[in-house]
Amino acid sequence: MAKAPARKTAAPKNTASTPAPATNRESPRDPAPYDATPAELEKFYREMLLIRRFEEKAGQLYGLGLIGGFCHLYIGQEAVAVGLQSALDGDKDSVITGYRDHGHMLAYGIDPKVIMAELTGRAAGISRGKGGSMHMFSVEHKFYGGHGIVGAQVSLGTGLAFAHKYRGDGGIAMAYFGDGAANQGQVYESFNMAELWKLPIIFVIENNQYAMGTSVNRSSAEDQLYRRGESFRIPGMQVDGMDVLAVRGAAEAAIEWVRAGKGPVLMELKTYRYRGHSMSDPAKYRSREEVQAVRDKSDAIEHLKKLMEEAGIGEDKFKAIDKEIRQIVSDAADFAESAPEPELHELYTDVLVEQY
Amino acid sequence: MAIELKMPALSPTMEEGTLAKWLVKEGDTVKSGDILAEIETDKATMEYEAIDEGTIASILVPEGTDNVKVGTVIATIAGEVEEAAAPAPAPVAAPAPVETPAPAPAPASAAAPAPAAPAPVARAADPSVPAGTAMVKLTVREALRDAMAEEMRADDRIFVMGEEVAEYQGAYKVTQGLLDEFGARRVIDTPITEYGFAGLGSGAAMGGLKPIIEFMTFNFAMQAIDHIINSAAKTNYMSGGQMRCPIVFRGPNGAASRVAAQHSQNYAPWYASVPGLIVISPYDAADAKGLLKAAIRSEDPVVFLENELLYGRSFEVPDVADYVLPIGKARIMREGRDVTIVSYSIGVGLALEAADALAGEGIEAEVIDLRTLRPLDTATVLESLKKTNRLVVVEEGWPVCSIASELAMVAMEQGFDDLDAPVVRVCNEDVPLPYAHNLEKAALVDTPRVIAAVKAIINRA
Repeated sequence: MAKAPARKTAAPKNTASTPAPATNRESPRDPAPYDATPAELEKFYREMLLIRRFEEKAGQLYGLGLIGGFCHLYIGQEAVAVGLQSALDGDKDSVITGYRDHGHMLAYGIDPKVIMAELTGRAAGISRGKGGSMHMFSVEHKFYGGHGIVGAQVSLGTGLAFAHKYRGDGGIAMAYFGDGAANQGQVYESFNMAELWKLPIIFVIENNQYAMGTSVNRSSAEDQLYRRGESFRIPGMQVDGMDVLAVRGAAEAAIEWVRAGKGPVLMELKTYRYRGHSMSDPAKYRSREEVQAVRDKSDAIEHLKKLMEEAGIGEDKFKAIDKEIRQIVSDAADFAESAPEPELHELYTDVLVEQY
Repeated sequence: MAIELKMPALSPTMEEGTLAKWLVKEGDTVKSGDILAEIETDKATMEYEAIDEGTIASILVPEGTDNVKVGTVIATIAGEVEEAAAPAPAPVAAPAPVETPAPAPAPASAAAPAPAAPAPVARAADPSVPAGTAMVKLTVREALRDAMAEEMRADDRIFVMGEEVAEYQGAYKVTQGLLDEFGARRVIDTPITEYGFAGLGSGAAMGGLKPIIEFMTFNFAMQAIDHIINSAAKTNYMSGGQMRCPIVFRGPNGAASRVAAQHSQNYAPWYASVPGLIVISPYDAADAKGLLKAAIRSEDPVVFLENELLYGRSFEVPDVADYVLPIGKARIMREGRDVTIVSYSIGVGLALEAADALAGEGIEAEVIDLRTLRPLDTATVLESLKKTNRLVVVEEGWPVCSIASELAMVAMEQGFDDLDAPVVRVCNEDVPLPYAHNLEKAALVDTPRVIAAVKAIINRA
């Protein structure tokens, strides 16, 4: 019964549903869809396709028993991470997310091989095989995880923003969380401090409609999640998360506000996950038809492909990209399957940094 | 008859205070609600109001007097038809009934010769302090503050955050003066939001800063324990050593005084069971200073458990430029051959008192202060056990799944052949801490129980 996200074929006006603020307080400008160059369109397309193919492969490897534990796929939500992170400054901005983290890492340009090798629990994995799907980090890329406790990344991300402000380094933090995490208490503790201290942070709710199997409507008294910051005076934006250009456009308006020292912004990205919450999802809470309808009508990659076709990019080009991406993913999978497991002595390393 | 005005207790743990200023003089008429005096405690300066009407007959404790025990008669009020000369009241130095057997000696500032200072007992010097080092007397509270201030001067990444740490000057005055010196950028009052600011601090540490997160008490850190354990303690491991979380979570832990179950709990065993954390719980001011400095410098997350009842006690602290102690090293507080008493935090004081009393009966107890609870310095304990062959663990906390039970296991696994008697633990009663004075007293570990436990295992052999 959950609504699929609104599909907008032509240049969507993303905040059309956002009512004017109740007061005359200053708010971020109305976002406009991003005017991408052909090269940028292709870049977005590649990144989104990489995430999708990577996740499909991860699903296969899970089925083969090569990936264990919990594994949460990002399929369907690709436009969110790609659209938002393409607007960040990778040299100074930091990103943090929850356990559905593969897509955010790929969108930040982290090598698919070390991500896949972490999923298979190998020494070459980005966390040396000790973190797994939910706990991956790249301090080098200012990607701070990968956190398994729902909502924790919101407080931690607020701390990253605090650090940016404390140092005066001009960076901002982006903290992703889901519609489920949006009901955690610490989210609101963090909202309060972030606005109180005007911390440079964008809170991103990836509203994929379901917290495991509980729909937003069954769990949230206020289901328009972009309004969840209002009582803290945090401006909210509701964005079509299935349209990468809309996402990127909204990101720019939010970043402008946050980087100007005006405090946090709350973005709600309306999106959808095609796969289960994790690999062990019984899928009893929604119909196949619902999922199929979103895939058919709102798929983010198909939508972008259409725009690119309109811009004159031919089928050969898409075929070439697809082949290239499949090769990258296949190489990552080969690497992840053949790389050795961690040495047993690694069990005892990294518990503490120092020796006492 | 004259009404006696007594030194009031202005907080649950106040034992003595300074009579800072008299606002009335002998012969003045006062009525209920008039402010008679200003009394300075280790936490704040408070006004002392009259409850009764009458004439100030005598002022018995002059203004400026330090260390006036709670309950000491400080003035008398003559009623309406009262004779002006009240009967000679108790002198200032008269021992007032004090609950906690504080070995606190008179502070250095007291010019008057200390009238009833307890006979000094030979204490084993901390081996890390060279003989002849100049010492200065500091309260635990001051030592903690100095440790933070010194480290903050040296490293701009360090900031202090918590409830009432800045403008209020610390709920227990531990951060007193830090706002003045370091400003609001580095000394930050938070809303009452423990989970949130523990997470914010952990994130800031991951982002390259060195936060000191103060919990008003560790009881409130229960709301934040997820970040302490899941975020701070595990990240370095989960990231394969890539992402650190150098943060100090500090504040008072354990029973305070008459604040009942929700405000009186020792969390040391909880945190000490978590790999990835450093857990420190000092007893005296020197260790408080040296170990807090070490904790702040550490690249690992540290849980630093203080004790409210110790904050106001004074101890000798080495007067050296940069007093840093090693983490993970216990300290032999007193040498002895007959029994080893191991403790930490406030329990060390009880163990030392017990050892003094036992010495009078010819039993020489060795007292070890663990200081760090994770990693636990089992080597020092086992070495002592080899010498004494008996082990008593004193812990102001519950007995079940305690540091005491851990040490008993260590002794069994690694010191079995050295044991002449079973290890004995002297802990609080296994109940939530009650409020009523007599019940609270009955629930908490005390010196007589330590003495009795030692005698029991000495006689057993």
